Amino acid sequence: MDFNFTPDQLEIKDLAMKFAKNEMMPKAHEYDVKAELPHDILEKAWSLGLVNTCIPAEYGGNGFSAVDSMIITEALAYGCMGMNTAIMANDLALLPIVIGGSDEQKKRFLTPMTEKYKMAAFCLTEPGNGSDAGGIKTTIKEDGDDVVINGNKMWITNAGYADLFVLYGTTDPSLKHKGITAVVIEKGTKGIEIGKKEDKMGHRCSDTRGITFNNVRVPKANVLGGLNKGWSIAMKTLDHSRPMVAASAVGGAQCAFDHSVKYAKERVQFNVPIAQHQMIQAMIADMAMKIEASRLLVHKAAWLLDNGLPNTQLASYAKAFAADSCMQIATDAVQIYGGYGYSKEYPVEKIMRDAKLIQIYEGTSQIQRLVIAKEIFTR
Amino acid sequence: MNIFVCVKQVPDTETKIVPSADGSFIETSSIKWIMNPYDEFAVEQALLIQAANAGSTVTVVRVGSTKDTEALRTAMAMGADDAFLVEANDNLDSYSIAKALKAAIEKSGKKPDIILTGKQAIDDDCLQVPQILATMMELPSVSVVVGYEGSATDITVKREIEGGALEVYGVKLPAVIACNKGINTPRYASLPGIMKAKKKPLTTLSLADAGVSEADRRVKYSNFQLPPEKPPGKKFDATDAAKMGGVVKEVVGLLRTEAKVI
Repeated sequence: MDFNFTPDQLEIKDLAMKFAKNEMMPKAHEYDVKAELPHDILEKAWSLGLVNTCIPAEYGGNGFSAVDSMIITEALAYGCMGMNTAIMANDLALLPIVIGGSDEQKKRFLTPMTEKYKMAAFCLTEPGNGSDAGGIKTTIKEDGDDVVINGNKMWITNAGYADLFVLYGTTDPSLKHKGITAVVIEKGTKGIEIGKKEDKMGHRCSDTRGITFNNVRVPKANVLGGLNKGWSIAMKTLDHSRPMVAASAVGGAQCAFDHSVKYAKERVQFNVPIAQHQMIQAMIADMAMKIEASRLLVHKAAWLLDNGLPNTQLASYAKAFAADSCMQIATDAVQIYGGYGYSKEYPVEKIMRDAKLIQIYEGTSQIQRLVIAKEIFTR
Repeated sequence: MNIFVCVKQVPDTETKIVPSADGSFIETSSIKWIMNPYDEFAVEQALLIQAANAGSTVTVVRVGSTKDTEALRTAMAMGADDAFLVEANDNLDSYSIAKALKAAIEKSGKKPDIILTGKQAIDDDCLQVPQILATMMELPSVSVVVGYEGSATDITVKREIEGGALEVYGVKLPAVIACNKGINTPRYASLPGIMKAKKKPLTTLSLADAGVSEADRRVKYSNFQLPPEKPPGKKFDATDAAKMGGVVKEVVGLLRTEAKVI
């Protein structure tokens, strides 16, 4: 049993935190207001090796473990949860290729991502299907050496700027999850219609859109793992991506906590800093406990993955607990700041808006509980 | 070109400094060490010079403890090729440090074309090592440098002087150049850079190897203590015009009798 990071991991954390504090935090408010992607910041993060952490070394990546990528994600979300969503969405889109792609597909799709900064988009959710991922309606039909894709996708992160779209569809909706198929579509393929940018509560800089696929034709060579093999790829992707989203919740929560501690020491009421009032102390103590517990769950879920052990249940523990904790911590941070907390001029208001999304995307907090209960009752 | 950079490892700027229990130095056990921020400018400048002069090498040199080799690893992760460490306590004086740096540079077997340093270390703020080192090596030196251009043999540097004005120097290399903020924007050490740095050669020398002994010490630290706590300030009530005259008299009186500054 060892809770210490390795010397490498300490250096990774140092760099990612330095980047978060020096490059992301000073611009987080500005890009939240403008609701624009900070392309220069994202590209700089990529040039330092902080993006696409899931790409294995043999395809040009840095060969990070899952724990390594959690450390990076937590730090980047500390800087700005919205910017981190744009960065994390790349991993989410590339993971199905890492997990289910052939050697040829990995070389074709992953390696170029390590040579130039490009964005990727994971296309699963539809206007009528979110939590019920097995019920997706977008069709993938065989046609000679090609497959033809038709359907609508919704809430797609990085949609407007992605070079790669990794899409889940079905060869036959009546097959439910047995018909799910994953396919890679390159930007510029005829029939892709990108919708308008959504005006969101939080993560406002991240580019979220609907996409319509109209008779989009790609070679069968772009299908990951073969037709009807998408469901298990999707499930394995979640085992990695859910701890990652949980790590982002830890980063956001830690940032809200650090602001709160600093403010509680400065703000004087009844002639003493509010840090000396017990009700504030209780909130700060609860925050600290929840952050540490969330982080340990994230690291354990990632550690299981790195050791080839089943982690579905832990991944859901981490996702639900960290997301719900982050929401509570961000809400309490606003409470500690009082009137100032409600103002956009202070940083905790944005974190509270950003925190809400973590409870929703990558499986809602409710879905995580269903996953956990299913794991418990089917064993 | 053979480019050398001297770096120091200093406590992180956010560290709360406390004297050690016996008062002989500061408590170092819980300190997080970083590369002296001014030295980052020196490393960056070395890498820029290297990029402009094909075939150049960048060697980093440091004198200090081996508890953490953060500064040297960071420099190599940024792109420096190799490093020399002279193992020593962290409380050496400037003269001994300069002597050890000179020895390490000579032990590298490469004749320096330029030696870059930060203008000062942010821990003891001595601002002496670059000048002492230059004197020992019989090289010209310019400090507080904010602008740099030139070839492998001749450079023009700008240094900041009082009042924000600049002095411009033409310097024949080799020379010791001490960098200030503004000369460049240091790059981050990238993650691939951090991984590569582990495979780069790091040579460790002892103080004896460097020919430095206690006899070289020009400054001995006798005691470290925190500055006395500031007494609370005095407040004067001058909220309305009527009180103003009395307050002014009182303040002037106290400045004379108590603070004794006028």
